Parts: sequence; C-alpha cells; structure tokens
Amino acid sequence: MTEAAAVSTEPKATNSSSAQPETMAWDSKSRRFVLLYLPMFCFLIILLFPFYWMTITAFKPNAELYNFAEHNPFWITSATLDHIRLLLFETAYPRWLMTTMLVAVCSTVLSLFASTLAAYAIQRLRFQGSQYVGLAIYLAYLVPPSILFIPLATMVFQLGLFDTPFALILTYPTFLIPFCTWLLIGYFKSIPFELEECALIDGATRVQILWQITLPLAVPGLISAGIFSFTLSWNEFIYALAFIQSSENKTVPVAILTELVTGDVYQWGALMAGSLLGSLPVAIFYSFFVDYYVSSLTGAVKE
Amino acid sequence: MSATTAAPVWTKMRPKQGALSRLFDWKPFLAFICLLPAAGLLMTFLTYPLGLGIYLAFTDTTIGRPGIWVGLENFIWLAEDPIFWNAVFYSVFYTGVATIGKFALGLWLALLLNQHLPMKSLLRAIILLPWIVPTVLSAIAFWWIYDPQFSIISYLFIEMGLRETNIDFINTAWPARWSLIAANIWRGIPFVAISLLAGLQTISPSLYEAALLDGASGWQRFRYITFPMLLPILAIVMTFSIIFTFTDFQLVYAITRGGPVNSTHLLATLAFQRGIPGGQLGEGAAIAVSMIPFLVFATLFSYFGLARRKWQQGEGND
Repeated sequence: MTEAAAVSTEPKATNSSSAQPETMAWDSKSRRFVLLYLPMFCFLIILLFPFYWMTITAFKPNAELYNFAEHNPFWITSATLDHIRLLLFETAYPRWLMTTMLVAVCSTVLSLFASTLAAYAIQRLRFQGSQYVGLAIYLAYLVPPSILFIPLATMVFQLGLFDTPFALILTYPTFLIPFCTWLLIGYFKSIPFELEECALIDGATRVQILWQITLPLAVPGLISAGIFSFTLSWNEFIYALAFIQSSENKTVPVAILTELVTGDVYQWGALMAGSLLGSLPVAIFYSFFVDYYVSSLTGAVKE
Repeated sequence: MSATTAAPVWTKMRPKQGALSRLFDWKPFLAFICLLPAAGLLMTFLTYPLGLGIYLAFTDTTIGRPGIWVGLENFIWLAEDPIFWNAVFYSVFYTGVATIGKFALGLWLALLLNQHLPMKSLLRAIILLPWIVPTVLSAIAFWWIYDPQFSIISYLFIEMGLRETNIDFINTAWPARWSLIAANIWRGIPFVAISLLAGLQTISPSLYEAALLDGASGWQRFRYITFPMLLPILAIVMTFSIIFTFTDFQLVYAITRGGPVNSTHLLATLAFQRGIPGGQLGEGAAIAVSMIPFLVFATLFSYFGLARRKWQQGEGND
C-alpha cells in the first residue's frame, strides 16, 4: 500500500521537475518583456491612439492645430473650450443628441419586449418546430442592413414615416431582435427548469411563471441585451442616413458627417469635439456594465 | 383557527381562472402570442423588404415613380459598367485583406490576453473601446489622421527622417484602398480578440500539461492543441466578420465616399450612391442584391463549421 503510494507520487515529482525549466524559460524577465509586454503595449497604443488624438484635437485652439512647426502636436499648451462651445450653442447638436437618445431608448425597449417573449416561447414552451424558429431568427441576424435599406426606404416613404424618428424606431429592431433573442435563448437555457415545474405544481399560470419566476432570474441577461441594443442603435448609420432628411431629425453620427462637414474647410476641432461627445454616452454606458457586456459577448459566441 | 381561514382562501382562488386565463395557459396559443411581436416586426421590416428588394432589382423604379418590370436589364447594364466591377473587386479585396489582418492580429492579441497580466479585466475593457464607439465617429478620427496636410502619421515619419514629404493617404486610388483597410482592421481587432479569448479559456489546461510532458514545443502546442480547439469558434466569428466586412458601408462612406474617382466604392456604398442620392432605386437594389450570393456562401461556410464541431465533440443534434 505504502509502496504503491510512493510509486504513484514518484512520476508526479519528476513531471514537475521536468516541467520546471520550460516555465522558467518562459517566465524569464526579458523574454516575457519582449514576447508579452512589448506587443501588448504596441496594441494598446495603436488601439487607443485615435481616441487620444480625437480628445487632443477637440481641446486645441486652431492656432496650435494647424501649426506643427511651433507646437508639439501631441500636447496642448493652451487648452480651449471653443470647439465645444461652437458645437453646443451654434449648431443643433443638443437636438441631435436628444433624437439619438430617443430613438435608441425606444427601439431598445421595443426589441427587448419582443425578443424576451420570443426567446421564452422558443426556449421554454418547446412547441413543435421551435428549433426551426430559432434557426430562422439566427438567419435573420445574417441579413445585413446594406441589402435592406433601399426597399425599406420605399416602404418608409409609402407608410408616411419618412423623415420621422418612427422610421428608425421601427426599423432598428430588425437587427436588434435577432441578436437579443439569440442572447436571451442562451440565458434562459441556464435557468433550471425545476423552478418552473414547482410553480406549475403550485398552480401558477404560465404568464405568472414568466412574470414572477423566469424574468426576475433573467435580469442579468436582460441588462446585457439592453446594453447591446442601446449601443447598436446608437451606432447605426445607414438607415439614419437614408431615412432622415431634415437637419433637426438627424442622429448624432449622421449629423456630424453631413451637417458639420461644410464646404472645403473642415472644422476639425468641432468635428473631433462632436465625435468625442457622441462617443462618450456609449462609452460611459458601456463602462458601467462592462462585465455583463464581455461575459455575454463571449457567452453568445460560445453558444 | 388559522387552518380554517386558510382553506376558504384556497378554494376561492380556483374558480377565478376564467376563460381568458385558461386560454393563456393553453400552450399553442401562448406560444403564438409570445412570438407575435418579434415575428410581426421581422416579417414586416426584414422578410418583406428582402423580397421587395429582389423585386425592385428587376424593375426600373426611381424615387417618386413606381417602376415597371424590366427583367435582367439592370444586371446587363451593370455587367458593362466598369465602376460596378471595380466595386466588386474592391469589396472582395477589402474583405479578404481586412479579414486576414483582423484575424492574425486578433488571434495574437487574444493569445497575449490569455497570459497572466496585471489588471486583466481593465485591459479587456479598454481593448473593446474601438468596437463600442460609433464607427462613423472613429472613422472621422481616422479621416483627420489621414489628412493630406496635417496628418500626424506624416508628421512622425518626417520628424524621424524617414520621409521628406507628407504621405498621400486618401487622394490616390491604391493608398486610399490600403488606408481604408487599415481603419477596418483597427476597428475589427477587439471583437475578434475578445471572442477568441473566450474560446481560448474553454481549452482545458490538462491538454497543455500533457503536451509539455510529451516535450512539445511552443509552436507545436499552438498548432496541434490551440488551433484545432479554437476552430469552431473561429469559424463562427469569421463568418460574422466576413459578412459584415463585405457589406460594410460606414467606414468607406465617412472617409472617402467612394472616391477618389470611384476607386474605393464597396458594393454597399455604390448601391447607396446610385439608389438614394442618385434616385435610381432599381439599379441600387440590383447592386445590393448582387451581394446575396457572397452572403449565402459565407453562411454555408458557417454551417459546415458548426457541423464539423458537433461531429468532433460527438454530440447529437440538439
């Protein structure tokens, strides 16, 4: 007995000793620096530089902006709020921001409502052919807006929605619902069936089960679906460009590109300030929920 | 005492179930009601427009005038149009080069993030930023970085003595094409890296331990463990990436609008230019519809990737 134990521990000991030099070689400081920290640092610099440049430009006075010879372009010597003042008080920027917010919130609520019910039906009611409905929704996600915007433009026009926020609120769910449903199906899968069975035995109706048992348990899934929808609809461009014409109904991404770029002289300071302010709401919103976001993104991919 | 009061409450609850609540408890009806909002919205604003788009491609509709059926005329017209063929070429080239770049760099970043690093979750959060921020807004930042006169990259190269003059990023055909691809890769890296990182974390460490015992080198561990185990996720992420790069619109529209001299048009930007400002809805729809064969190809690619995964893991069809 003791001999067997000695024999079984013996190879383990040799294993760890033979593995030691390998990990030691990898962990040696300079090697780790060259193979890990240096490339990581380069990636971070490249991925973040455009944001740094955006921020720097937004607060630079024009004199510094267009004179690299006398001023170090990577730093600001006399920061100014001129570009932001121009943006907020001399353009309709606050109005665009409100429109974007309205469209993003309404389409998010609409698609969350529709996709929660759909995911519940597909994952929990398990009717005949539910997996085909799931597949159809997955395929719907693969239809890109670039194919749909021309026929949708004619529809929007015929429905009399052209140039109103409703055109966007009703069309954004076409790419939000498939994504949210897909995400929520995965989430509902992780909630144990037994809880619902207990409630059924206790005499709860299915609507009560959905409202009082499943939904409260699915709140983290609903939050991540909500963040995804919000960022996706905030970032949407092609529908907003095609369906909205009047300046005051435009969303931020479209308005910055079409209203601030006037003539041959680009107001780079104001453009960058607009981009910065347009990116901030999503970035802040995202930073609050980053863990939900990353875990559901990776979870959805793993499905 | 308490038992006698509890009993009547229980019997009172039962008859409350009226016809309506029994209807809502009937599974087929409930499933129908639950699917109605999603199915209704998707049918009206996705399936119907998809059909309508294919129909429009065979008509000569313009803005404000319903067209008549013209058969294949739009496609015959496009087949003789060098701008269309240029857009097809650039769409394929853009997708191919950008996908290779995104996946090579994204996989590298994912492998780096899979090591022990300080402040790992903060790093992950920062790395996703380019993907979160609206594409058009970061595209405008790239436009400014590519500015012919005040480009910061030109400034750096001149300061370092590598060049004499400013780099011409977006005013001639080939540099503009490469600049757009670089911007697309920049935006695509985070998504690829974070998705592949999720895949890497599902690989059991015991496989690597076994390989170490067998004396496998770092490259062999990557080639025979990491890569095959990552393949299923790689297939899915790549399908998405290919579809959304091929149909990309925002980046090109924001930075070059298809110029200089139509050399950087993707099919989507060309469809927009002909369809909405140009008013030729039929022709625009025909250009958009010509993207469908590529998308079907990409979807089949994903399907076989998934099928292979199930076969590998020995799972039944779920």
